[in-house]
Amino acid sequence: MIMLEKRPQPSRFWVLATPALAVVLTMFFGGLLFLALGKNPFETIRTIFLDPLFSEFAWYYRPQLLIKGAPLVLIAIGLSFGFRAGIWNIGAEGQYIVGAICGAAVGLAFYPLESFIIFPLMILAGALGGMLWAMIPGILRVKFGTNEILVSLMLVYVAEQLLASMALGALRNPDGMGFPGSRNLAQYPSAANLELISGSGMHWGVVTALIVVIFAYVTLSRHIFGFHVRLSGQSPRAARFAGVNPGRLILICMGLSGALAGLAGLFEVAGPAGQVSIDFNVGYGFTAIIVAFLGRLHPVGILLAGALMALTYIGGEIAQSNLGLPLAAIQLMQGMLLFFLLAVDVLTNYRVRFATGAAA
Amino acid sequence: MDFSAINPILLLASLMVAATPILLAAVGELVVERAGVLNLGVEGMMITGAVCGFIVAVGTNSPWLGFIGAAVGGALLSLLFGFLTQFLLSNQVATGLALTLFGLGLSALMGQGYIGIKAPSFPDWNIPLLGDIPVIGPIVFQHDPMVYVGLLIVAGTWAFLKYARAGLILRAVGENHEAAHALGYHVVRVRMLAIMFGGACAGLGGAYLSLVRVPQWTEGMTAGAGWIALAIVVFASWRPWRLLLGAYLFGGVTVLQLNLQAAGFAIPVEYLSMSPYLATIAVLVIMRTGRAPGSLGQSFHASR
Amino acid sequence: MMTMNRILAGAAVALGLATGAFADGHEKTKVGFVYVGPVGDGGWTYEHDQGRLAVEEHFGDAVETVYVESVPEGPDAERVMTQMALGGADLIFTTSFGYMDQTINVAGKFPDVKFEHATGFKQADNVSVYSARFYEGRAVQGHIAGQMTESNIIGYIASFPIPEVIRGINSAYLHAKEVNPDVEFKIVWAYTWFDPAKEAEAATVLIEQGADVILQHTDSTAPQAAAQAAGNVVTFGQASDMAEFAPFPRVSSIIDNWAPYYIARTQAVIDGTWESTSTWDGIAPGMVGIGEITDAVPAEVKASAEAMVESMRSGEYHPFTGPINKQDGSVWLSDGEVADDGTLAGMNFYVEGLTGDIPQ
Repeated sequence: MIMLEKRPQPSRFWVLATPALAVVLTMFFGGLLFLALGKNPFETIRTIFLDPLFSEFAWYYRPQLLIKGAPLVLIAIGLSFGFRAGIWNIGAEGQYIVGAICGAAVGLAFYPLESFIIFPLMILAGALGGMLWAMIPGILRVKFGTNEILVSLMLVYVAEQLLASMALGALRNPDGMGFPGSRNLAQYPSAANLELISGSGMHWGVVTALIVVIFAYVTLSRHIFGFHVRLSGQSPRAARFAGVNPGRLILICMGLSGALAGLAGLFEVAGPAGQVSIDFNVGYGFTAIIVAFLGRLHPVGILLAGALMALTYIGGEIAQSNLGLPLAAIQLMQGMLLFFLLAVDVLTNYRVRFATGAAA
Repeated sequence: MDFSAINPILLLASLMVAATPILLAAVGELVVERAGVLNLGVEGMMITGAVCGFIVAVGTNSPWLGFIGAAVGGALLSLLFGFLTQFLLSNQVATGLALTLFGLGLSALMGQGYIGIKAPSFPDWNIPLLGDIPVIGPIVFQHDPMVYVGLLIVAGTWAFLKYARAGLILRAVGENHEAAHALGYHVVRVRMLAIMFGGACAGLGGAYLSLVRVPQWTEGMTAGAGWIALAIVVFASWRPWRLLLGAYLFGGVTVLQLNLQAAGFAIPVEYLSMSPYLATIAVLVIMRTGRAPGSLGQSFHASR
Repeated sequence: MMTMNRILAGAAVALGLATGAFADGHEKTKVGFVYVGPVGDGGWTYEHDQGRLAVEEHFGDAVETVYVESVPEGPDAERVMTQMALGGADLIFTTSFGYMDQTINVAGKFPDVKFEHATGFKQADNVSVYSARFYEGRAVQGHIAGQMTESNIIGYIASFPIPEVIRGINSAYLHAKEVNPDVEFKIVWAYTWFDPAKEAEAATVLIEQGADVILQHTDSTAPQAAAQAAGNVVTFGQASDMAEFAPFPRVSSIIDNWAPYYIARTQAVIDGTWESTSTWDGIAPGMVGIGEITDAVPAEVKASAEAMVESMRSGEYHPFTGPINKQDGSVWLSDGEVADDGTLAGMNFYVEGLTGDIPQ
């Protein structure tokens, strides 16, 4: 009989070893899957996990990892505060969209004026837009006790409709031959979020994500707010005795996650994506939830988890194109990777014992 | 605009059909959450059910066997979630989301040879006598059998949770798993059964799309229905009858907004498209959310 | 940005990716396809992939094709295209309007790789654009629909209010009206290209409001099923033939047939005769296919519809031939005047007789 025995403290060894173990397991079972699909498992695994980092074209893919990973990390960090405190904002996708719309609207309002002030104003508008959108479920929860899971999720769909309406109406490019989509902000210098160093992939969103990781780390480990967040998650009663105002905490956590999601949207729309279009959002808001938990809600963990997710996306695309693998196989493998990462975590917190007889 | 074009009888009849896939998936998730488990993988289980149901129905030429296949497929996939969250104590939110990703990939691979094929037909029941009653007949008694199966499952779930001893145990496990464990109940076993029930129901909901509503297999055909089902469970405050209300409200507003559009009602389309989501939020604010099961989303480990 | 361009261009040359590399016949021509949906969507992307398979079959070992499916518009598309170009593709088809700016960007970095962008309007030295005159097929649908309807109400499930869709509505309406002056169009905007549940609901609603013909500009077969359930409602296949619903309710269809174009363009690259072109083909070259008109359609209607197809094939007839007024009654085309492609490409108005407003 296999039994689990709770460790008094999480194992330091396994904290570091489990992700590696999960990746190895994924490579093995993923390899079997690819073999079953008639592909060379070694070549496929190498393509997905190593080619983005070490192939002859890695000089192109490495910066792309930053571009793909930054929004995930930015959103996931914001979500992690709420998740720690037991506040379930699962509508980051909507806040991402609204942040992008607001930021882009400000930029487009100035077109074609060139001024250094435009981009900072857009950043402000993006953060504010995302924050306000997240405040709706926050305020409804505080004032009426409405469940924030439902409201934040429903508002994703509302934001998607809003996005379509903006791309087709108010923000549509007047020179776009009647097609949907706004002007390309990346081609409007004052509003563009371009690479800071050419070819590095580093745009303002990446820089912001890195700053936010550090900021979150300090807040969680040193600041009283971080303490309140952790306490509320572990024991809401104790938190109240410690003077935490639950309503205020909800609003702060929702606002914070919304603002960061909105920022991610703004940086994306002004740079890599370039324009507000009907299909602007690609699910970063949902993937970020996975990233937050894969990173154990810890800022450094989230950074690594975001990088890993970005790696499998980019490697997956290479495998599709170079090896003719269907997207479905990549998704299956990503699902496997997540399962293994989540499953082996048990070793961090529990000791495996082989006992005889005694039932759990 | 022309209101006379909107026939309220037909509107009510079609909302019953429109709500069925969401209702099926939601009632399963309701049981899962009442047992204290949060499975966000409904979308993944639905799409897997949709493809399994389709494959079985096409292979056997029987929609009924297809629905059984869908339930089995959904339940098998949910076992994966159950094993990870109940035995390896993984985080439920993340595992559920991973399940959705996994299910989307799995279904696409399984369905590769089934594109462009039509499912065997699944005729409506025109229930004799009852179906002939004016007004009520066409609204309630002239649908395909799965509409009634869905209602039966909701009713059965309500009775089970309220009256059955097993239902009481399930609720106890969901409210406070430590206490339930102390009373000698097998927390993990109860939860595994609930999770499988949830998977089976989600599978049925997905198959309703692939066998009745569309009826064809196409990748990603659930198009977010699983997420709506999750929201409806919260809307219902984890109570079966309110679940019915939620699914009908959502389905009803969706059908109504399309009706208004077709009748040429002068409200901008984008606001009409938002209306089902906004209406759900508004009604929930007025009705208030009930309390979630006490142990919802928490891992249980018998430490003795 | 410039540095990046030079690096990429340099890499392309250094690796012998230039057109000259395969002129000696030793290397296969590599053709890439970037898809916006999954190849199993049974509609838009499915038909493009059929075109790809036709290229493979036609050229055999001389050509290698690669594809990546479900690529979101935005930075992901740009990365996939770059990756294909780096991987040695000689010709890349980007099959969604939303890939326009990305195609232009990547094409700028790889002057020796040829790009073909579907349904857009931005050309470059190595970027061609191509699209299909689906409105010709819509004219045939309208012609049949106007004579099949007994309630004189035709339901139309539209996706997004963009020129392509508006053109289809206008064309169908004009030709339905021509044969049946009492005909009325009820239009529902689904705000999605593909959502079976919503499409089924839209079709049901239209049928309940008296429509006995349903035209759809969305990709799933759900409306066909709804029509079949209703019993006496006529439908038409969209994007693919949907022959599984023939002979009734599906009485005909518009089929996207990209194979001839894809084969011709690949041949041009092999021959070294590829030039940047703007192609807008209709029934004549076979880009728009009219699926078999079934016997559910009365013989004389079928005959006149087929005659109409022939007259468009021969170039004798243009579906937008005056006199045509705009919805507000102002003259668009005077008697005998034929619409110019520019106006058609950016069409954002209804013709006279249609009710309601185009969502903005």
